[in-house]
Parts: sequence; structure tokens; C-alpha cells
Amino acid sequence: MTPHMLTRSLDRGATIFLAIVVACGILIPLSNLLLPAGSFLQVPTYLVALWGKYVCYAILALSIDLIWGYCGILSLGHGAFFALGGYAMGMYLMRQIGTRGVYGNPILPDFMVFLNYSKLPWYWYGFDMFWFAALMVLVVPGLLAFCFGWLAFRSRVTGVYLSIITQAMTYALLLAFFRNDFGFGGNNGLTDFKDILGFNVQAEGTRAALFALSCLALIASFLICRSVVSSKLGKVLIAIRDAESRSRFLGYRVESYKLFVFTLSACMAGVAGALYVPQVGIINPSEFAPGNSIEAVIWVAVGGRGTLVGAALGAVVVNYAKTFFTSGMLAPYWLFMLGAMFILVTLLLPKGIVGTFNAWWDQSKEKRAAAATTASAAAEDGITEPKMAE
Amino acid sequence: MPAHLSARLCTFVLSLFLIAFALPAFAGPFEDAVAKFANDDYSETEEAIGVVASSGNKLAFPIISALQDGRLMADPESKKVYVTGADGKSIDAATGEPVASVPDSASAVRLNNRLRRSVDAAVGSLTLQSPDLGVRLQAAQSVFKSHEETALEAVDGALAKETNRSVKAALVDARAAILLFKSDATEVEKLEAVATLKARGDQEALALLTGMGDQPASVTKAAASAIGSIQSSLAVWSMVQNAWYGLSLGSVLLLAAIGLAITFGVMGVINMAHGEMVMIGAYTTFVVQEVIRTSYPGLFDYSLLIAVPLAFLVAGAIGVLIERSIIRFLYGRPLETLLATWGLSLVLQQAVRTMFGPTNREVGNPSWMSGAFELGQITITYNRLWILVFTLAVFAILLAMLRYTALGLEMRAVTQNRRMAASMGIATSRVDALTFGLGSGIAGIAGVALSQIDNVSPNLGQSYIIDSFMVVVFGGVGNLWGTLVGAFTLGIANKFLEPVAGAVLGKIAILVLIILFIQKRPRGLFALKGRAVEA
Repeated sequence: MTPHMLTRSLDRGATIFLAIVVACGILIPLSNLLLPAGSFLQVPTYLVALWGKYVCYAILALSIDLIWGYCGILSLGHGAFFALGGYAMGMYLMRQIGTRGVYGNPILPDFMVFLNYSKLPWYWYGFDMFWFAALMVLVVPGLLAFCFGWLAFRSRVTGVYLSIITQAMTYALLLAFFRNDFGFGGNNGLTDFKDILGFNVQAEGTRAALFALSCLALIASFLICRSVVSSKLGKVLIAIRDAESRSRFLGYRVESYKLFVFTLSACMAGVAGALYVPQVGIINPSEFAPGNSIEAVIWVAVGGRGTLVGAALGAVVVNYAKTFFTSGMLAPYWLFMLGAMFILVTLLLPKGIVGTFNAWWDQSKEKRAAAATTASAAAEDGITEPKMAE
Repeated sequence: MPAHLSARLCTFVLSLFLIAFALPAFAGPFEDAVAKFANDDYSETEEAIGVVASSGNKLAFPIISALQDGRLMADPESKKVYVTGADGKSIDAATGEPVASVPDSASAVRLNNRLRRSVDAAVGSLTLQSPDLGVRLQAAQSVFKSHEETALEAVDGALAKETNRSVKAALVDARAAILLFKSDATEVEKLEAVATLKARGDQEALALLTGMGDQPASVTKAAASAIGSIQSSLAVWSMVQNAWYGLSLGSVLLLAAIGLAITFGVMGVINMAHGEMVMIGAYTTFVVQEVIRTSYPGLFDYSLLIAVPLAFLVAGAIGVLIERSIIRFLYGRPLETLLATWGLSLVLQQAVRTMFGPTNREVGNPSWMSGAFELGQITITYNRLWILVFTLAVFAILLAMLRYTALGLEMRAVTQNRRMAASMGIATSRVDALTFGLGSGIAGIAGVALSQIDNVSPNLGQSYIIDSFMVVVFGGVGNLWGTLVGAFTLGIANKFLEPVAGAVLGKIAILVLIILFIQKRPRGLFALKGRAVEA
């Protein structure tokens, strides 16, 4: 990844997006820490945590857009990779509690003492070291995605079938993590964290730093996705999305391309989960719920499938709306809103916010350029003609 | 004269009193025997127990069981005996008349160990010969479980008089159990007992045979072979039991998936709101039952029969509405359909939550669906049996409809080649709407049946949606027989895994197996072949 390649791949939208993320990543923590509490410009700590959550969701949305928007793989189980990354981070945070837990056991987390574990299960070894946990945040989701994708893509499970088995995967994990004897805290999950790298998780400084880190991770994910989709590899991915059989007949190893991008996407989702957990303060099996994964897909659809900026924007917009509606009098109507959003976006706005905007922008530019000519391609981006299945 | 008169009057009044007081004493052997309890003499008490127990009087059982519990009070002065109930009320033991209170001079009739045994035997024989069939059966079964030697005589006595077949069988088993444990029983008797228990062949017989202790060699040998045969027959029965549970689960899965097999399998529409159609069917049942409860209570047993067509119409109409307003714009874009119908499912859930509240609603079982019967060593509940029958009926009707009706023919034509069908003059968009309505309507019917075994809540549908998709994908899209085989295979596999791995792990194993299976056969068990696949 050369700097040249980076700059080449940046168009105006991407530049604006990066500028905004960088500005937020710097200004919000600074305003939270430096300005006096209660001042007009000061961002309260709870808002920092809330927006930190949104940024993590934006990374998850990016990872989904990378496979769905550019490779046509609709994963309804991406929440599983997110949650696995979160659990890896949660395990590290649990080990950091040490003797400060309710039972004061230096090795075993509270729930294990409660469930009469005599020693730490082998898969908890190493999670007292941050570097190991950080590695696992990438390796566990990546490995699962690799195995799953290797099986699925090699045997050419595509389209709806793939969506359904990814859903089955996250559902199976949901059931497994709910079990107490699985060793991950059962339905209570992992919580009551104290320290991360020696800093108090609750402290304002730590929260601000986590927010800045999340923005950094978002920028990194964005640049990675950007460089993938604008490279030759990305062109092949788009070809696979649009005509899988044709790409295969042209000699491309479709399954290898898909496997690569699916694994990469899972790792990104894992990172998003790992950043999410210390900011939210809990990870439990409900993160594996199939509904969560589907909801993440709708963020991408709202923002604009196949536009990386749109995916991130969609995650923030939908989640902001969720926070706004579920905290007021309108709470009982939130599900109506969310459901209607799913329906209306797919029916009326198939390109999403950013996609529609881009199309409008391109068209108006064309119009201005061709103002002299009589022909005018009537702008109509709303409803696409229903395409009947053959 | 007056003196004479007054003397005669006196005698008359006195004799009246005497008669009044002495009447019980002359009334019969039962009353005589009861009075003997008041003498506080062990041998007389024993005599009284024998007479009372064999009297056939309806007070015999209350008296003897009161004696057993120390609730039989006797007044040595008036020679009257009282039975104090557990609730504190008392009756006169000889007449059964309620009495206000037991005199202070009365005390509990005392027993020694020898008497206590004869009391126990008397209680056993009394219940064994009770006029109530249920009491007799229960008594025989409890003797079988306790297998006390003292009860042998009572069992033999009851066996001689018993006419009911099932009670007689229970008594024979009880006798065998006693003889097996009786130290002075002959070897022949014991061998017979082993044979009887072997024929009984259940878990309890197995427990008796394994725990019978020291026995003559021939008996031990016979018992060992009996244990072996019982164990193998029990293993077979547990297989049968698992298979039944599996069939039952499979029928539920099939019922939930059958509508999806139409919308997803035949039309290729990923309907994530399918579970909500099931839920709407269940709520239709709830509403029907509410109306019946408030207005026509006599019709309650028919509530499900009324609900089935209504649920089909309600869910079907909603299905047609959905197809016309949303799905027809999304044909050929399966992933978008998935998202839109997921959104729809959220809206429908929330709508039901707003209308009926978030809590579970009670849907009752009609009388013909409650209860159970025994088949060999397994218990079959009527509601599960009816659901299995109902599911197969729905499946058969659907299959016949697709095969023999004009609409079915049109549906198959449109599925196989839409453009060709349109060229032949089939109104494809009308067929689409009707097919989707049919699938939704069948989901609604499924809701009626599932309301009998599941909680009717706004989340009812969600618990079935993943399973339904698994069934359809596993069985093979576009093939109703595949759905049938898929549902029963998954149901039975699940129930056979459950005892080995536990309910949750079994379910996880099934999910993993399906994921692996899809790799091997990406289009399910019964895959469509040829050009239709690529459509």
C-alpha cells in the first residue's frame, strides 16, 4: 500500500469523510477533557461513550459493506464476528480485575468462582496479556470466517443459502454462549470491568482515549477497504458480485477472492467488537442474536450499499435515530420506525442515502456539461422498475 | 294408684333411656366390635380390628386408618368410640353421626407392635377391596412398590374377589413382588414371581429384580435373564419414545415450514415475516376463543375448528396485501426482499404488541385435545397426536391442491417458466399474489395448531423462523416432499441427540450439521435439477 495508491483512491466524498472523522477524533476528546464541565462547548462523558459506540458500529458496517456491497456476500451473521472480538477483549478485561472481584480470586473471574470452577479453562490462558488478547481479537473471528468461508465458498454456497447458514452460525453461537458450562459467563456475559492497560475503564481520560482510538480504527478500516476495492482485486470482487459464473469462466478463482475478503471483513468486525466492549462495559450472548446482524445490514442499506462512506454514515444515522426515538415518548413506536425504514429503503431508496446523492450529483453535473444539447436524461432515481424473476 | 302410676311411668321413662343408650350395644356385631376398642385390652382390640376390617361397613376404613394414626378415641366410661378427623371434626365410630366434641375422659386407643402390623394389613386389605376402582388400583400399586410380607394375605384375598382386569394385573404384580422378597417363599413361587415381573417389563420391575438380594441359584439365574430381557425391551421402548418425540417435533417443524416451502421454495421469496404469519394465526385463535368465552361458552370445543378457516383467511389476506404492496416490487432481488420482510416482521410484531399487549395470551385446549393415553411403556398426549394428524392432513391437502387444481397448475407453470406461462395467458401477477397468500394462509393455520403447545406472544413467530428456514433449505428448495422429509429428519435427529448431548448442545449440533450438509449438497436433500435451478 503505497501513499500514491492511497491518494489516488481518494475521491472528494472520501476526503470529506476522513476529514470529519479526524476532526471528531481529535476535537471531541479534547473538548471533553479540557473544557470545564457544563460549558456550552464541552462534550459530556456519556456522549463520548455513546458516540464511541456509534463509531464501532460504523466499523462493523464498513466490514459488511466490503463483502455485501463489493462482493455480493450477504452475511446475516456478522454480529457473531463482532461479538467474538468483543468476547476476546472482554476476557482480557476480566483477567485484569484480579483480586478486586466480589470473591477476590486472583485467577478466576467471579462467575467461575460462582460456578465452582476449580481452575481456569485452557482457552482462557494468555488473556491476561494484552498483546495476546489483541491478537485473538483478529485471529478468532478471522479463523472462524476462514473455516466457514472455506467450506461455503468452495462448495459454491451462494446468495440466500449463504445468508441463511451465516444466520444459523450466529444462532448456534448464541445458544452456545448462553450455556454456563461453556466458560464465558452464560447469559450474564462478561462485565464489571476495571482496568484496561492499567487505566481505569470508567475514567474520563480512558473513555476519551478509547473514542480517539475508535476513530483511528475507523479511519484505518476505511483506508483498508478503500485500497481493497480500488485495487485490481476490488475490480475482480465487483465482477464476482455482478456475474459470478462469468468471472469463474474467465479464469478467476472466485472462492479464493471471496474467502480473502470475507476473512478480512470478519477481522474488521472483530476489531469493532473489541473497541465496543470497554466503552459499553459489558459483552453478553445477546450480541450474537440474529436480529443484531440483520440490523447491521440495514445500516449499510440505509447509508448506501457499495459506498464505503455510506455504510459508516448509515450506521451512525440509524443508531442516532434509535437513541433519539427509544429515549423519548416515541419509544413504543421505534420498532415501527425501524421496520418501516427497512421496507422504505429497500423499496424507494435502493442505493441508500449516499448512493442516491452520488447519482443525483453525477447526473446534475452531466446536465450542466450537456446544457447545450437538447437531450435530457430525466432524473428519476426513486423507484426502480420491478424486475421479475425469470 | 298415683304411686303405682308414677312407678310405671318411671319404669317407662327409664326403659326409654335404657333403650336409647343401649341400642348400639344390641345393633349388631360391627357395633359390638367397635365398642371393644373402649376396653383398652390388646386382645380385644385385635378381635375388634378383625371384625371391623371384614365387616364390609363403610365406616371400617375410617376407623382402622384412624386407629393407625392414633386418631381413634375411646371413652372407657360410656364405652363410646370416636373417630377424630384430621380437620378436628369428630364422628361417632359406631353410627357415623357427627358429634360436637369428644369427652375429656376419652383417650386414643393404644397399640403394640403386633397390633400395628395387623392394623397395617387391615388397611391394605380394606383399600385393596375398596368399592372405588381407582383406590383399589392405587392400593395394589403401592403394595407392589412396598412389597411388605404382611400384605400377602390381603393381596390374596383381594385377588380372589377382584373382577376388573387392570386391577387384577396390578394385584398379580404386587403378589409377585411380595413373594420375591419373602424369605420363606418356595423356589417355585419365586421363579413364578420372576416370570411375572419379566412380563411386566418396566423400570420398576427392573429395580425390584436388581435389588432382590440373596436368592437360590435358580432364581438368581432366572432373574439375570429377566433383567437382560427387560433392559433390552426398555431400550427398544426408549427408542420408540424418542422416535415419537421426534415425530412430534418434526410435525411442529413441518407445520411451521410448510408455508415457507411455498413462499420460499416455490416462489423464491425470502419471507422473514413468515413467523409473524404464524403468530397472526395464533392470535386469531385467541380472539376466536375470547368471543366464544364471552358469548357462546358451549362452542368452546369447536373453537379450533372455527379458528382454522378464519386464521387461513386473515393470514392469507395479509399475505396478499404484503405481496401486492411490497414483494412484487422486489422480485429477482432476493436479498432486498429479505431485508424488507424483516422490517415487515418488526412492524407486525410491534402492531400485535400494541393491540394485545406484550405478555403471553392464554389459549385453552379443547377437551378433545387435553389428556394423554398409554401405549406400552410410553405416554402419548392427545394434543401432540392431533397436531401430527393435522400437519399430515394440511400437507396432503396442499399437495393435492398443487397437483389437481387449476390454480395449482398455474402456480407450477409460473414457477417453472414465468415468461412461457405469461405467453400462455396465465395472469402471472395474480398467481404470484395468490401463491403468496396461500403460503401465508398455511402459516396462519400452523399458528392455530402451535397456539396449543406454545406461548401466544408477539415473539411466537421469531422462535420458528430460523428452524423453518433450516427445514426448507435442508429438504431442498422447491420440493414439498423435501420439506416433509427434512422436517421429520431434523425432528427425530434432534430428539435422539437430546438424551446424549442435552437440549441446547443437541440443537447446536443440528445447526452445525446443517451448515456442513449445505456444503455437501448446496441445494438440499431433494435438489431441483435442470434449468429451473438457475432461474
